[in-house]
Amino acid sequence: MQLTLEFGGGLELLCDSEKIHKVNVDLPNGEDDLTMKHLLSWVRTNVIKERPEMFMKGDTVRPGVLVLVNDCDWELSGQLDTTIEDKDVIVFISTLHGG
Amino acid sequence: MQVLLLFAGMESSGGDSSEIVRELEDLKLQKAEIEHRISALEAKLQETAAVERCDAVSNGHSSPTSPAFEHGLDHGLSPDQIYRYSRQLLLPSFGVEGQSNLLKSSVLVIGAGGLGSPALLYLAACGLGRLGIIDHDVVELNNMHRQIIHTEAFIGHPKVKSAAAACRSVNSTIEIDEYVEALRTSNALEILSQYDIIVDATDNPPSRYMISDCCVLLGKSLSESIDECFVKQPLVSGAALGMDGQLTVYNHKGGPCYRCLFPTPPPTTACQRCSDSGVLGVVPGVIGCLQALETIKLASKVGEPLSERMLLFDALSARIRIVKIRGKSAQCTVCGDNSSFSKQLFKDFDYEDFTQFPLSAGPLKLLPAESRISSKEFKEILQKKEGHVLLDVRPSHHYKIVSLPDSLNIPFANLEARLNELTSALKEKEDGHVNTGSCTNPSVYVVCRRGNDSQRAVQYLRESGFDSAKDIVGGLEAWATDVNPNFPTY
Ligand SMILES: [Zn+2]
Repeated sequence: MQLTLEFGGGLELLCDSEKIHKVNVDLPNGEDDLTMKHLLSWVRTNVIKERPEMFMKGDTVRPGVLVLVNDCDWELSGQLDTTIEDKDVIVFISTLHGG
Repeated sequence: MQVLLLFAGMESSGGDSSEIVRELEDLKLQKAEIEHRISALEAKLQETAAVERCDAVSNGHSSPTSPAFEHGLDHGLSPDQIYRYSRQLLLPSFGVEGQSNLLKSSVLVIGAGGLGSPALLYLAACGLGRLGIIDHDVVELNNMHRQIIHTEAFIGHPKVKSAAAACRSVNSTIEIDEYVEALRTSNALEILSQYDIIVDATDNPPSRYMISDCCVLLGKSLSESIDECFVKQPLVSGAALGMDGQLTVYNHKGGPCYRCLFPTPPPTTACQRCSDSGVLGVVPGVIGCLQALETIKLASKVGEPLSERMLLFDALSARIRIVKIRGKSAQCTVCGDNSSFSKQLFKDFDYEDFTQFPLSAGPLKLLPAESRISSKEFKEILQKKEGHVLLDVRPSHHYKIVSLPDSLNIPFANLEARLNELTSALKEKEDGHVNTGSCTNPSVYVVCRRGNDSQRAVQYLRESGFDSAKDIVGGLEAWATDVNPNFPTY
């Protein structure tokens, strides 16, 4: 399925400073749905080029990263259990502290 | 004879320059004080003039009624206020009710830096009742590109004094409270409790957690006393770094607090500062303006606040995205249903330890003394022309700003991968020495901006067999302070 991944707040530095990635992700073997849990590990393997610990901690994103599925906090859609559909836009934003 | 005189003349003019600098600084300070007095007097004059006008209008009425009442104005705005804020009064969606609410409100802006600068100017101009400013810093030349509230005359003076003078010169009729101090758990409850709305314009994680927690606690006590479960102390939070900005309103009517969104602090490596990573001046400017806007909306009770939503600003791609974020979390350790967080726990809470982000970081001490040399010692090595390789481990865009001559730039992040470049540079120096008949092996000296990465690099190099590696204590900043005052710092 076709997805748009966006990285911001400095996370783009982990993937060659490219902010927008149009990607094709296959459904995991024997499953009917693509969940965020699967997508995260796919992103870690296929998109993140350096310092993966700055993106993930355990099987989820590291503290300080907001995940937005179609402009909506993934907390509202079930976090790792969120089901992803074709043409979805998933944004990963690192929180900023500067001023 | 003439030559000698000329020389003597130059000498004395060299001595004079420090005198001139001193006198200039003295005059600038006097100028700032005079400007402060002028704006205070102007405010007083306006008040007196307004009272006199009202006396003239009331024409013999002896009762001390308010000027607004004399004009049959039950919204409480004086004739001067009507004229000053007329363009806002003319807005149907804002109007005299909005302005009247605004004039009764109080706002505290925490931080008079890149975000605080435009926020403060707009908040002073729009006609709040009372505006508080807190910051412990002084104005520096490298702030000026983004902290547009400050002028050159205030370099070296407290930001709060500078910002307050600027606000008074924009609007001498509002009350301004100055706090030249750092916000701490010991003074935060006391200071924040005096304001209706808090603006977080700080630049570090411990302050952000502390301010949010404090607002939640003050909101709780407000709701107990007023017996209204929705009264809270809203927090208008902005952040900017590099080319990115973020904005949201926390702790507003059932909305989340900072901890609901970020229960666990991010790793320290993910917390970059403007002083390390850089920032385009106008980016915090945009976010600071939007903070002023959200504050004005809250204070005047118009519009829809940016609560449970977050604005993401990407300056480089020219894109603004507004996303929906979670509401208040029932499990939140501070604002959640079963939270036992109290004012006493707050006062005892160590935010720097919680975020692993020390606010007054002393210099890193990673290496033993024999693995280090001072910048003055390094200057002697240069003078004696001792064989060496000077390795600069700053990022390459730093290296392009300024560097010491005859240095090799391998950024710390790439050191492991590019170690062969250091090996061949050493080999080259060694060969050179064989030709000149010297028998000492060349040493590696490592320098960075402030002397932290250079220590990490030396530690790594020694583990990798470069036994002669030493770091230059304090980096290029120490070089500029102790050896060459003309060496540019940034
Ligand atoms: Zn909370």
